[in-house]
Amino acid sequence: METSFAITGKGYLIMAADTTAARRARQAQQPSAPRKATLTDRTGDTVQFAEYVERNIRLYQIRNLYALRPSAAASWIRRALATSLRSRKPYSVNLLLGGYDTATHDPHLYWIDYLGTMSEVPFAAHGYGAYFALSLLDRYHDPEATLEEGLATLRRCLDEVAKRLVVSPGKYKVKIVDKDGIREVDL
Amino acid sequence: MEAISHAGTVLGVLAKDGVVLAAEKKVTGKLLDLSSAKEGGYGGSGEKIYLLNSNVIGGVAGLTADANSLVNYARSAAQQHLLQYNEDIPVELLAQRLCDMKQGYTQFGGLRPFGVSLLYAGYDPHYNFQLYHSDPSGNYSGWKATCIGANNGTAQSLLKQEYKDGIEVKEAVGLVLRTMGKTMDSTSLSSEKLEFAVLTLDPTTKQPRAKIYRPAEIDALLEREGLAKKEDEGVPGA
Repeated sequence: METSFAITGKGYLIMAADTTAARRARQAQQPSAPRKATLTDRTGDTVQFAEYVERNIRLYQIRNLYALRPSAAASWIRRALATSLRSRKPYSVNLLLGGYDTATHDPHLYWIDYLGTMSEVPFAAHGYGAYFALSLLDRYHDPEATLEEGLATLRRCLDEVAKRLVVSPGKYKVKIVDKDGIREVDL
Repeated sequence: MEAISHAGTVLGVLAKDGVVLAAEKKVTGKLLDLSSAKEGGYGGSGEKIYLLNSNVIGGVAGLTADANSLVNYARSAAQQHLLQYNEDIPVELLAQRLCDMKQGYTQFGGLRPFGVSLLYAGYDPHYNFQLYHSDPSGNYSGWKATCIGANNGTAQSLLKQEYKDGIEVKEAVGLVLRTMGKTMDSTSLSSEKLEFAVLTLDPTTKQPRAKIYRPAEIDALLEREGLAKKEDEGVPGA
């Protein structure tokens, strides 16, 4: 079953999503200005919705010469999902939105589900993996942690999921968002 | 354009830690009921300086009726942004919204363009404090110090001489009042002919704080700056 995690730290944010092909987890990104990586899961809507969000955020940037800040982008996405929920065919997409705010120089992480629930959190997870990982994150998350410590915490989560979840995913895609933009790393 | 050059002067100065706006009121007189400016509302007489959003103050020059409709538009544009993005509208975006509308009226026959120039004094996290000017054609530009309305040429050159980069709000207030005093037709400044507003950051919450002065506060400010009316009659409303 698809699973995704995100952790904030001092000046950075780590996101991890499994790469199960059956239900594609997807990472979208805006490479310029206030960086954000959105990461969604559950059903084929993800591709559609991620693209929709990506293009709209890009459009805002082209029109207004500066990018949406992470908080504004999150509010916009939440609203899009809430509107969609009452339509004939709602997007059934849960997502974690992470971004680095270039105006205030800190990372932000938002947990959003398909019902249009949103909350800003220091760490988050979606999918079955969340049931195993959240308690670990509660214990080991440190907002002042360095990048290495953050990756170690993430590894702890992935190991726990691999050990205890029967349908655990095999591989993860891990990305880091910070002042230098978005980059992918190998665990 | 013609109406604007006769309208009361509006002056704006950008400082390091805030923006200052001042405006000359034209509609005055003994018989005018000013009680609404003294209490209630958010300050100001509602003639020249308006609060467009919690982070933007607008100063208008031109046809008052047109200005009212633009202010209304600006306020709802700002609220729409708040609804959609849950953040205060960036100042330039608000100026753009209004200019898009103003420009539209220059395109087609039959309708008259808005005869209004505006100054926008605002704050947003992208560029911090900002001062914009927009004219009836829908052009807008950012300024460190500028002026619209009657005698704007004189005021502009005075500002050009006296403005220094990186000044603070305190100095900007003095600069604005001095320039205003020299530009206005009347000899002495008083709350009867002046509207005044300052946008700063709240030191504790770090949120923009717009203050539009009430008549009594303007008189107190003029007193402090040494620009109040000489001797005679007491300060009205004090």
